[in-house]
Amino acid sequence: MSLSTTSKPKSVVFVQLTGGNDALNTVIPYTDEHYFDHRPSVAMDPNKVLKLDQNLALNPNMVGIKSLWDQGKVAIINGIGYPNPIRSHFRSMDIWHTAEPETVLNEGWLGKASRAIDPKGENALTSINFGRGLPRALSAQGVPVASVGDLSTYGLFPNINDEHDRSSALNLFSQMYGGSGADMVREFIRQTGVGAYQGADILKTAPENYQSNIEYADSLMANSLKDAAQVMFSDLGTRIFYTQRGSFDTHSGEVITHANLIREVSDAVYDFQSDLDEHEYGSTNLTVIFTEFGRRIKDNGSGTDHGSGGVAFVIGDSVNGGLYGEFPSLAPKDQVEGDMKFNNDFRSTYTTILDDWLDLDAPEIVNGNFEKMEFLRS
Amino acid sequence: MSDQRRLIAHLLRRSGFGATQDEIDIACQNGYDATLRSILNPGESCHIPDDVIQRYHSDMHELRYGDSSAAYWLYRMISTQTPILEKIALFWHGIFATGYSKLNNARSVLNQIDMFRNFGLGKFDNLLLELSKDPAMIIWLDNHDNHNGSINENFGRELLELFSMGIGNYSEDDIKEASRAFTGWTLGNIEYMAMRASKDSIWPYGRIAWHFNYDKSDHDDGIKTFLDNTGNFNGEDIITIICDQESTARFIARHLYDFFVADEEPVPQWNYTEPKNPEAVDELVKIYFDSDHSISAMLEAIFLSDYFKQSEFARVKCPAEIVAGTLRISESIQSPSDKIFSSGNITGYMGQMLLNPPSVEGWHEGTEWINSGALVERVNFASSEIGDISNPGINSLVSRIIESIQVTKSGVSSDELIDVCAELLGAAELSDSIKGTLVNLLDSEGTITQENQTELQNRIVYLLSFISSAPEFQLT
Repeated sequence: MSLSTTSKPKSVVFVQLTGGNDALNTVIPYTDEHYFDHRPSVAMDPNKVLKLDQNLALNPNMVGIKSLWDQGKVAIINGIGYPNPIRSHFRSMDIWHTAEPETVLNEGWLGKASRAIDPKGENALTSINFGRGLPRALSAQGVPVASVGDLSTYGLFPNINDEHDRSSALNLFSQMYGGSGADMVREFIRQTGVGAYQGADILKTAPENYQSNIEYADSLMANSLKDAAQVMFSDLGTRIFYTQRGSFDTHSGEVITHANLIREVSDAVYDFQSDLDEHEYGSTNLTVIFTEFGRRIKDNGSGTDHGSGGVAFVIGDSVNGGLYGEFPSLAPKDQVEGDMKFNNDFRSTYTTILDDWLDLDAPEIVNGNFEKMEFLRS
Repeated sequence: MSDQRRLIAHLLRRSGFGATQDEIDIACQNGYDATLRSILNPGESCHIPDDVIQRYHSDMHELRYGDSSAAYWLYRMISTQTPILEKIALFWHGIFATGYSKLNNARSVLNQIDMFRNFGLGKFDNLLLELSKDPAMIIWLDNHDNHNGSINENFGRELLELFSMGIGNYSEDDIKEASRAFTGWTLGNIEYMAMRASKDSIWPYGRIAWHFNYDKSDHDDGIKTFLDNTGNFNGEDIITIICDQESTARFIARHLYDFFVADEEPVPQWNYTEPKNPEAVDELVKIYFDSDHSISAMLEAIFLSDYFKQSEFARVKCPAEIVAGTLRISESIQSPSDKIFSSGNITGYMGQMLLNPPSVEGWHEGTEWINSGALVERVNFASSEIGDISNPGINSLVSRIIESIQVTKSGVSSDELIDVCAELLGAAELSDSIKGTLVNLLDSEGTITQENQTELQNRIVYLLSFISSAPEFQLT
């Protein structure tokens, strides 16, 4: 176990692979003949895959995550999913976001977690999404969440290019919002504006203070994770970071598209973890990679259609590296409507993170009691 | 600005998405009452022709995807000559909230929106009947799983709780009996459609629109007791009984008041809080019954009332109103353009992805639209659209402002200029402190005279972009 000398609060970075990442071409059963029989068009070359053990291997493009695996920092959760899988992107993502497969809920599980961490919503930066809009996972009533499209231009008036003009515009904005509102509604809008302005002001300092020897790859995923690292190192009290990359919806041309995407994610996560290690945040953060569903076992001649049974990754220095869950059998008799059968509920992974890592009351947040997984070092 | 002009601008914002000054001129010539009459008798929907849109956007032929479909609706909001049809569709979309996320079939959700345009102003019974037969609603609330002998209460419950009477006005038994009456109300060719849905092929014709089918063999024809009435009711009978309830009239009246007059408390609190204006709701209930359940008659009463005329800026704009309203002012999308997609997505970033409400409860409105992320999006969108004089609408708005102010030898009065800008932009009256800030800004830059038109234009555009960033622009 790595002993942290500081009392840094623990954080989690969520990386959502939007569109349904093909689990079978991410963690590959390279000795299973069913894999090659079902995937004449998209199977990976068994001589090139990155072997984890006698049966399973990572996609050849996941050199970064393989290197972290070799260091014992990667938990791979196979066969993750939920009962009665749904193959609609949006509904399935909703289920992962609200931690509720049966009924349609409004509030996201991380929004609820954020509220539990900061009940009065005193820190507008407890949870930050790197991207525009608010993923349902982070949405909960009264919970402030910053959505940062690009840290270097975050905030008001990003279209004003001239620095002097933008700074006078921001100054004017803060003056306009500085008085008091004529009624409760205007006062509420005014206060929200002040909060947005101040949050942006604080976040602005993060890139200014950042120094690192790590050179991140030049990619969307790397940019988002680098932004997250800069905020994390500024110690602004942020506990939940969120970002996403898509589209993993590889119905056609999968071999090329999926390779590029999974390499981008894997390389970026490697750079990010190296950056955390350099700054001694490696043991106080978990990086969680998930997707809304896996894809069909059988390919369609060019790609794969929506399926079920996925794979998730939990990465960090406090992770007990190894394989978790059961790798679903591909034998035709074990398939569910042409898909891999899930064997562990995603809410078990959520519960472990909430309870053992963030020290929160999990059942309330994930809507029930779920057995924990053992992927964290005790 | 004259009182009449101000009121007409208010009417055009609430019954639609706001209007240009030229459009307000025409309405003023016709007068308030005649303008209202023509709003409430819109005739056929009129907007950028579909074939023109489709020539430019190949993905808007079949409208199978969520984002293209939301963008398509935004085209209609921006370009419509019959804004009340889009506004009433948005109103019912918020109440009968059906989401693309579960359906994965945008064409069917858009068909539902079209149904709102066609039936949304008419007799409420007909609207509820169409809603009960609406394929998107059937899948959304699982009525295809509501079978004779094994009911699924999802639709029956929401029909009473969220779509008509409101909680507290019926029993759990009423829900069960209503659900029995709607057994057999399903989709045509359901097994085939289920098979298609499970494949969710992205190839052409993969997501064909569903259609309604009444399966008599799966209908429970037995005797039911619903709200003290007994008979072998079918769905139509249940709707007739619902529409005769005072609670229904009251629930719809409060929704209309909330959307067209002034923000109410969130819907879940309605059972515990009085309406803001109980007399107005009482009066609307009476009109509902006197007019044989006509939504249009209720709207007419609202728009003619004193309380409506006194309700300027009593609502927080919803994201669709901010985006469509701003684009109607800036006129930056007058013909098909890829910009429609970013604009469509921006309503989502502000918290209102059209055709995809978060749940059957719809969006939480009023001040709940405002959070720090959403406010940043609202300010950035409006100020960049309005602060760009190359947008034709802004160019003519600036000329209009210059015409309306007195430019004397000593220059322009900052006070007057700020008032005119706020009024013509359709913002609420600015607070003293904001006005003070803007006056200082203008004064610090020295006086402008008539000779220096370009400088005057620049200052007006700058002023407009700041007024569109103020809290007062968030209201309607």
